[in-house]
Amino acid sequence: MKTTPLDNQGAAPARRSGTYLGLGTYLGLAGALLAMIVLFSFLSSHFWSYNTFSTLANQIPDLMVLAVGMTFVLIIGGIDLSVGSVLALAASTVSVAILGWGWGMVPAALLGMAVAALAGSVTGAVTVAWRIPSFIVSLGVLEMARGLAYQLTDSRTAYIGDTYAWFSNPVAFGISPSFIIALLVIVLAQLILTRTVFGRYLIGIGTNEEAVRLAGIDPRPYKVLVFALMGLLAGLAALFQVSRLEAADPNAGSGLELQVIAAVVIGGTSLMGGRGSVISTFFGVLIISVLAAGLAQIGASEPTKRIITGAVIVIAVVLDTYRSRRAARRT
Amino acid sequence: MSASAQHVVLAASGLGKTYAQPVLGEVSLTLRAGEVLALTGENGAGKSTLSKLISGLETPTTGHMQYRGQPYAPASRSDAERLGVRMVMQELNLLPTLTVAENLFLDNLPSRFGWVNHKRLRQLASAAMAQVGLDAIDPDTPVGELGIGHQQMVEIARNLIGDCHVLILDEPTAMLTAREVELLFTQIERLRQRGVAIVYISHRLEELQQVAQRIVVLRDGKLVCDEPIQRYTSDQLVNLMVGRELGEHIDLGQRQLGAPLLQVNNLSRGDKVRDVSFEVRAGEIFGISGLIGAGRTELLRLIYGADAADSGSVALGQPPQRVSIDSPKAAVKAGIALITEDRKGEGLLLTQSISANIALGNLGAVSTAGVLNADAERALAERQIQAMRIRSAGPHQVVGELSGGNQQKVVIGRWLERDCQVLLFDEPTRGIDVGAKFDIYGLLAALARQGKALVVVSSDLRELMLICDRIAVLSAGRLIDTFQREHWSQDQLLAAAFAGYQKRDAMLHNAAPRMDA
Repeated sequence: MKTTPLDNQGAAPARRSGTYLGLGTYLGLAGALLAMIVLFSFLSSHFWSYNTFSTLANQIPDLMVLAVGMTFVLIIGGIDLSVGSVLALAASTVSVAILGWGWGMVPAALLGMAVAALAGSVTGAVTVAWRIPSFIVSLGVLEMARGLAYQLTDSRTAYIGDTYAWFSNPVAFGISPSFIIALLVIVLAQLILTRTVFGRYLIGIGTNEEAVRLAGIDPRPYKVLVFALMGLLAGLAALFQVSRLEAADPNAGSGLELQVIAAVVIGGTSLMGGRGSVISTFFGVLIISVLAAGLAQIGASEPTKRIITGAVIVIAVVLDTYRSRRAARRT
Repeated sequence: MSASAQHVVLAASGLGKTYAQPVLGEVSLTLRAGEVLALTGENGAGKSTLSKLISGLETPTTGHMQYRGQPYAPASRSDAERLGVRMVMQELNLLPTLTVAENLFLDNLPSRFGWVNHKRLRQLASAAMAQVGLDAIDPDTPVGELGIGHQQMVEIARNLIGDCHVLILDEPTAMLTAREVELLFTQIERLRQRGVAIVYISHRLEELQQVAQRIVVLRDGKLVCDEPIQRYTSDQLVNLMVGRELGEHIDLGQRQLGAPLLQVNNLSRGDKVRDVSFEVRAGEIFGISGLIGAGRTELLRLIYGADAADSGSVALGQPPQRVSIDSPKAAVKAGIALITEDRKGEGLLLTQSISANIALGNLGAVSTAGVLNADAERALAERQIQAMRIRSAGPHQVVGELSGGNQQKVVIGRWLERDCQVLLFDEPTRGIDVGAKFDIYGLLAALARQGKALVVVSSDLRELMLICDRIAVLSAGRLIDTFQREHWSQDQLLAAAFAGYQKRDAMLHNAAPRMDA
């Protein structure tokens, strides 16, 4: 081939993509977080304190692990609305296993997580088998899981006691085991996403599923697995919550899916699939949690909190669309 | 030529555009009323950049334009359209769920108090459609129900509504059937006589010679020819585009045709593919020709397991063993590769890097226990970038930024990493510039020399006649005949391509065939 001096393709700057959202994104997210912290520290004398930090660190592990699962789901171009209900179902299962059948702590926990993973697999399997948008399937599973949770608990909050309390009792610097587990999940998930064949397939499926299929890879099992993982992580989040509340509440996690999706999108994972990062999802979780905590501390009313949080989500989605368009224009 | 032929409608001088690098430099050009100007050149030569500058989609970095005696610097496409400078893009810009009439007048629906006046809309639409010979189509037909050729004509009709002094057509015949091309040419002639200055962008030199009076050739962003078209033969034009002599022959090298590697037996799917059987030997390049819609792509997809066959079977290896291929995964496992026609839609992860694209499907080779080895992946990508001569900034460059030819090389490179014995190529050189085409031909020859069995589908009959050992002709889903290299002629091949349509009501809605030769 001739080299053409005027060719604009040849020397275009190389651009990474996929799991790497660019240093700019990470710096932007960190900057936004820092700005919020500074702002709230000025607005409220109590904000910059050990107490705030400790409260946050103990409240966000549920959101962290759920957001990790949701990041994977969004990357393959899906969405899972059932996570809040699946969380409640897992918690209810644990309560029945412990209170009803006298199971031990570990088997009950494993059962709860298995049930949650099963619920996720159902969403994934139906989505894949009948090629239905996961949005609709997970909406159905949302209802089913909630119904099952009510049935298992007779619609009452079941007090389990402090069996799992060690999960959320701070061990050092106000940090609890659940926070550490959630951090490990984040690190592991980012490694899976960036360093493994599985992660690469997820990015590929989200970018162009047909191209992946025609490259000789069956995308279906990977998609089911992603939804199963989402369920499993909802089960883990259920354990964190049970340990904190010392009870299984069949109403738990209602509306949680929106918070989870918001955190992931604020982090910059694309709603259109194919682009995302667990690390930036972590930033998204921090931003949404700091925002909530900060607004509470400066005495913002519940309606005000919702209006501001909603606005932040809209801004994040606008940014996502802007980024997607820019990516599309390059091609 | 009409008397107004000398009247300059638009004059550009020193027009240039620089993105990261200059893509168009100092091009001066005049468009005259009542003249069809053929604009051609290799992909990346600057044709589309030039037409985007004229039609207001991009603003020039250097130079200026005069339009009907006034300085002309359109700020946007709609700006240019308002002045009567219009461009029909290659990609269709229609809303499939709306009717033809609604699409035609979308920006100016006849209405009364906000309610659409459907009767008036139908009248206007019928008139506009008659202009491009679409009289036979009901203006109330949803555009999505039309064939792609008719859609293209609707798109053209839409641009002819209102004031039009300069009309740029970018590869307008890419999707059209022969009959529709004739219609289009008639319309172009009519517009020309009305005094419209037409810019006709195409690679198809025969068409240019048929429709244009003057030719402008761009090469590497520079204007290398601006002359009356009848001064040139096709070969001379190709030379101007490429800057080198184009041989009628290509040396495929020494090959040994071995035993049959691929055997297709009575493969059928609906009325797309009917009872097709053939075999391809090791080291053989087997061409499949036929008209658009003859079932060529569908046949390849059946062999590859991308679609399920109603009946029939595929056998591979020596002696041929019947294999059950129910998915692309099974096909790949059996040693079959498919390079799809639609690179962007089905072949590539456009927003991903070259290395991710080449490694897709080869991840097993660059990973241990499911964990990727970044060094191995980069090495693999670099190996193919070198072997395939992919022009890029490196393995990390996003594939969407590459030119069509380089994108195709990425797809092929992916398969070369796997040791496939049977390779199915669907339109491997579509949308690729002449230089890169010969790279691809050389590559096909090299694969054949390695003893692989190659099946090549192409709409370009001369391409098939250049590289194939045998050519099978599909027509209306049936394999009509197979021709040996020594025994074929263009006429025979064409006749076979039409054979399947003759018994049926051949000119059924959009079934009209087309052949590039």
